[in-house]
Amino acid sequence: MMFGYYLDLALRSFKRNRVLTALMVLALGLGIGASITTLTVLKLLSGDPLPQKSARIFAPELDPLTAASTTPAEKLFQRWGNLMTYTDAMSLLHAHKGERQAVMALASSKVTPQVPGRHPFFSDGVVTTSDFFSMFDASFQYGSGWSAEDDENRAHVVVIAGFLNDKLFGGANSVGRILRVNDHDYRIAGVLKSWAPQPRFYAVSLGGHGYGNGDAVFLPLQSALADKVNTQTVNCFDADVDINHLETAPCAWVSLWVELAHASDAPAYKTFLANYVHQQIELGRLHHPEVELLDLMGYLAQQQVVPDDVRMQTGLAFGFLLICVVNTVGLLLAKCLRRSREIGVRRALGATRAAVFAQFMVESGMVGIAGGVLGLIFAELGLWAIRHQPAEYASLAHLDVSMFVATFVIALIASLVAGLLPAWRACVVAPAPQLKSV
Amino acid sequence: MDIQPIFAALRKHKIPAALIVLEIALACAVLCNAVFMIGQRIGEIHVSNAIDENGIVDIGVQGIDPKTANADILRYLVTLRQMPGVTAVAAVNSLPLANNSWNTSVATSPSDVSTKDTPNVAEYLLTQGGPEALGLRLLQGRFFNGDEYADSKLSDSYLPTGHVVVVTKSVAARLWPDQNPLGKQIWVGKTNTFTVVGVVANVLRPDASGGGAAHFHWSMFFPISPELAIQEFVVRSAPQDRDRIVRDGVQKLEALSPSVVVKGQTFSDIRGKYFANTRSMVWMLILVCVVMLAVTAFGIVGLTSFWVGQRRRQIGIRRAVGATRAHIMQYFQTENFLLSSAGVVIGMILAFGINLYLMQHYQTTRLPWYYLPVSAIALWVLGQLAVLGPALRAANVPPVVATRDA
Repeated sequence: MMFGYYLDLALRSFKRNRVLTALMVLALGLGIGASITTLTVLKLLSGDPLPQKSARIFAPELDPLTAASTTPAEKLFQRWGNLMTYTDAMSLLHAHKGERQAVMALASSKVTPQVPGRHPFFSDGVVTTSDFFSMFDASFQYGSGWSAEDDENRAHVVVIAGFLNDKLFGGANSVGRILRVNDHDYRIAGVLKSWAPQPRFYAVSLGGHGYGNGDAVFLPLQSALADKVNTQTVNCFDADVDINHLETAPCAWVSLWVELAHASDAPAYKTFLANYVHQQIELGRLHHPEVELLDLMGYLAQQQVVPDDVRMQTGLAFGFLLICVVNTVGLLLAKCLRRSREIGVRRALGATRAAVFAQFMVESGMVGIAGGVLGLIFAELGLWAIRHQPAEYASLAHLDVSMFVATFVIALIASLVAGLLPAWRACVVAPAPQLKSV
Repeated sequence: MDIQPIFAALRKHKIPAALIVLEIALACAVLCNAVFMIGQRIGEIHVSNAIDENGIVDIGVQGIDPKTANADILRYLVTLRQMPGVTAVAAVNSLPLANNSWNTSVATSPSDVSTKDTPNVAEYLLTQGGPEALGLRLLQGRFFNGDEYADSKLSDSYLPTGHVVVVTKSVAARLWPDQNPLGKQIWVGKTNTFTVVGVVANVLRPDASGGGAAHFHWSMFFPISPELAIQEFVVRSAPQDRDRIVRDGVQKLEALSPSVVVKGQTFSDIRGKYFANTRSMVWMLILVCVVMLAVTAFGIVGLTSFWVGQRRRQIGIRRAVGATRAHIMQYFQTENFLLSSAGVVIGMILAFGINLYLMQHYQTTRLPWYYLPVSAIALWVLGQLAVLGPALRAANVPPVVATRDA
């Protein structure tokens, strides 16, 4: 009931002190704009790539280094993540201890369009095993993935991304057609719907970029190996190796992911993993007993996917918001102390302290809303600027509904916190001395 | 000037005074750390690299047919060499900052191999003419001779079969501190040995790869004969010819073999891409600093103006009893100086606190002491500029105000 009256009073007060009000709104808007811009980027980078099932997706980690190695396993896991040798990855894959499991590596692949006059080009590619698509919720526009038999038979089948299908076949159903990849013929088994988890978690330890529009070509691992594919990252821990036979080389170059039926099955899988390593140590193949099993989000934290710079930017933006809030406190206080006489009159006419307090809080809340609107504009500007930056996540920086709401929540909280001190100073004004001097 | 009355006046306005101090303290703390980060990143961007950065074009060829690779690569080299303006051409496995790195651990004796923390060094494999094409600066010893290039092939473990190597100054200093590195042996694994025949000025690795800035100059160079895996072509020319060479070079190689994928870029592009994120971070930090200082200045203007407005009467009285305009100006300027000083002192403590926090959680070093006086001066100047307007308005208050009722 009184709220409308307070709004009216606030508007009048703004009109009287236009410059001061504009300064407050501008400062608050800048602080909020900066905070929302950096928060949006932080949220984008630290997002959950598979929200429906990330708690059931696990990255097993083991230490394949030689007996002479003195690198602590913990340090190695941070650097290599779930990267392992082909031998270990395939043994764990074939054990079928998880609901689903897949072994993978990245391989930039040469695609030759069967159209005269069009140049071949390289696309981001994944070489993997059959469970990849169902485990990572990649759904198909046409056709399907390949089977475990296709893996073992080194079948020449390929799954391509929707955008590659658009580029090569104009979006038509291309299942069954032949695609020339890395100078070998592959039959198209399926075309994905748009599938690009952000961050591109499975690429983190494999040496790929962390964000972007997703991979274009998916080949069966064993078939690609038979065709002498070059994978992105090969970490050999013994210099006397034959890189042309990666299947047996002492090199970590594939990663393993496992989907468990329930998140609570993790300890059982970890025990299985530890037993496997023990067995291999007895056989003399492995030398270090440490293992780790992290769920998807734990893995992203271990691999420090969010760049330090982005976290520092966010911290800086909130430091800046704090300065803006202090600034607003000062300006609101200046404004309200100037109006001591008006407050005196209101108090003398019967307004309670609570009423005066409420009036000033309404006024600062309005500054907050105006600052929020301005902040939204600044945030859109900031995100526009980020989209024109060279970072690989740049094109994904957009304001979503939750950040839109967050803008106003932050703006209101910031302005109400800023208004507390001035409103309290206003409500303790004693009516009598103010009236005397009129 | 007597500052006693200023303290007396400030005591009556504790909250606004405290707010100004707080604002300056926060601005000082953030400014110190932000400027420090800007300085660090500008240092990163300008890290030294002793090759002819302004004269190099990189033409990368992917998808060469393995059966004809060696002959194809020779043809590419000849074609590129014949282009007008080209002074040297060579094939290399990778280029500094190109983000495609071959690394290996090196030891100074066979007993050290993989037994202790042996340094991880980036490998560059160059075909004949490589040192000239890159513009390497020889400090000691020699580059490779024709036989060394011809006899060196790529082994199954992707190491050259030759036995000579040229290392950067940093590698030499790490492996043999205070010794002459020429003639020394390095071991890669237990069976591959290489003799150091030359030392060159520091060349960057293809990427900082984990080691960070400290290992960024750990590179070594091997001779190699043309080979499938060596598919980046370094073309050296005068700086003004580079754009034409990128354009024509790509076209010529595509015409030679239509089935390969050719990409050309100048080395300046490679460096630009590598540091693109760092550069945008620098601009972001500068923008935040400028806006933050502006907001702080406006806050000071607002509060001081309010103050001046409130004290018109007192100012009038002072003027009536003989204070000059300069006295009034000085009063507000001194007051602001005192508040700024308090803010700066608190701000420095805060700045060190933030720096300690950043050192614990991020790869940051200690804030050098000279950042503190510099940002203190910056904030004093800012405060004085901000207070100038309100102080001038105060100085213009006529003495007659004293005789009027407030």
